[in-house]
Amino acid sequence: MIGAGPAGLAAALAAAARGIRVTVIDSGTEAGGQFYRRPAAEFGARRPQALHHQWRTWERLRDALARQVRLGLITHLTDHHVWLVERQSGSPTVHALRGPLQEEPVTVRADALVLATGGYEKVLPFPGWTLPGVVTAGGAQAMLKGGLVLPGRVAVVAGTGPLLLPVAAGLAAAGAEVAALVDSAVPKHFLRHGGRFAAHPAKLLEGARYAAELARHRIRVAAHHTVTAAHGEDRLEFVTVAALDADGRVRPGTERRIPCDTLAVGHGLLPHTDLAETLGCRLDGTRVHVDDEQRTDVPGVWAAGEITGIGGAALSLAEGHIAGRSVAARLRGREPDRGEWSPAARSRDTARDFATLLDAVYAPPAHWAELITDDTVVCRCEEVTGGAVRAAVGLGAGDLRTVKLLTRAGMGWCQGRMCAPAVAGLTGCRLEPSRRPFARPVPLGVLAQDPDHPSASEPKGRLDTDTGAPEANRAPSKGDTP
Amino acid sequence: MNPYRLVRARPEPAFTVTFDGREIEALPGQTVAAALWSAGVTAWRTTRGEGRPRGVFCGIGVCFDCLVTVNDRANTRACLVPVRPGDTIRTQDGIGHEG
Repeated sequence: MIGAGPAGLAAALAAAARGIRVTVIDSGTEAGGQFYRRPAAEFGARRPQALHHQWRTWERLRDALARQVRLGLITHLTDHHVWLVERQSGSPTVHALRGPLQEEPVTVRADALVLATGGYEKVLPFPGWTLPGVVTAGGAQAMLKGGLVLPGRVAVVAGTGPLLLPVAAGLAAAGAEVAALVDSAVPKHFLRHGGRFAAHPAKLLEGARYAAELARHRIRVAAHHTVTAAHGEDRLEFVTVAALDADGRVRPGTERRIPCDTLAVGHGLLPHTDLAETLGCRLDGTRVHVDDEQRTDVPGVWAAGEITGIGGAALSLAEGHIAGRSVAARLRGREPDRGEWSPAARSRDTARDFATLLDAVYAPPAHWAELITDDTVVCRCEEVTGGAVRAAVGLGAGDLRTVKLLTRAGMGWCQGRMCAPAVAGLTGCRLEPSRRPFARPVPLGVLAQDPDHPSASEPKGRLDTDTGAPEANRAPSKGDTP
Repeated sequence: MNPYRLVRARPEPAFTVTFDGREIEALPGQTVAAALWSAGVTAWRTTRGEGRPRGVFCGIGVCFDCLVTVNDRANTRACLVPVRPGDTIRTQDGIGHEG
């Protein structure tokens, strides 16, 4: 299992309970993933649940994991950063780097692999978004949950999506003044889907609890608004917030300034699919395609949780559970009995329906790209501006890779994870898998040391064949320049 | 209210590290980024193109904005690496290599 968040843990526990020996590989120093990120033990937190929801579920996962680790059925490798998964003679082989400095190579071989790599935040650019003090909504939450630290005293939480509610509530509970929660979602869209929301009473209750928390902390909610710019010299000093019109454009004259030293901003999550891409797993848009037992189309590889489509912790738990049971049956050469996991399958259906509903109501402003001026940095790593990206389109770039080759947008440290959605939106190119062979930077020394490192590390498989890359497949002919 | 009171933390004794030569206090269990935020520092890198200040952005090791030089080692992700007693933390200019 790669990932020790809700999906990876549920998969590990379901498989181990059926006698399968499981290795859980995770980059965190503790299990839990982003959702159950907690302060390090050295903080001596006696009430970590104050920053969490569904803490009882976490306690059950944590205790079950400890039990299986004691029994020797689960090996939990913490602080292991996976950079490549490949199939060697049909068996998944995982290459990781151990330790915070990510230098020491570790290889794990298995008969089956569950990818539970979670998601990361999408942030669409606007002028000033690179100023210190502007952080992702999830980043502000992660620093608070894990490091018990706030980026400043006065925060604006902005963007769109259900994540903004716990982020605003958490920052306020921890002592920050949350000056506003700015969401571009249109309130009447919630009403339009009222009937479908009614089918999710537990979620409605959760929403009502957040609304009460926001009210208790006197947080102003600006719905159908957006942050148009962040301002400051070397640090955030204020943001401009404006109302949106029915088309999703800024309504002129509605701009107002909100002084703040922190802007926590996010526009939803994206599945973390780089390992799946290298294995050649089929993707549907940005998510890994799975069947009803969570199998990808690559033999021996399952996927569960946010990687198969953003849907939250409950969906991750259900998918992980089903994946773990399927692995246990398949490794014994048996067809799994789907009746045994029907409660989890029902939770999965309900949670997926709710995720679709959220996707229908939470959306960035339709014309967000118009906020990007020609001198707004779009690619944070390579400092490529909106103007440069637009110029690439003028030069004929019709896909993200060509834009990258012309401008360097997406060529830096983060390998386009931060800017790809923005570059796609700005250029009209399709947001497609980048198919990079390595999921993180790997020291050259590790590649030289590791006898198992693949000699041909190009991603193989269906994606290449499906999209058809005639040049790459063409055999060299006499006429080719050497 | 503050985060420590909220979760009723009893942190272990603080230790000292330096940031650009200035002594700051850090706590066991903190990452380099958390220690810097606690000391009121939000920027510890300047970009190699425009020389603009950067600090934490994604907070989970994905974006590489928080790169910093720790004990002469450049390109350390401050949001992932635990702070240790006596660490020498320096603002990273550009890619962090001289010349």
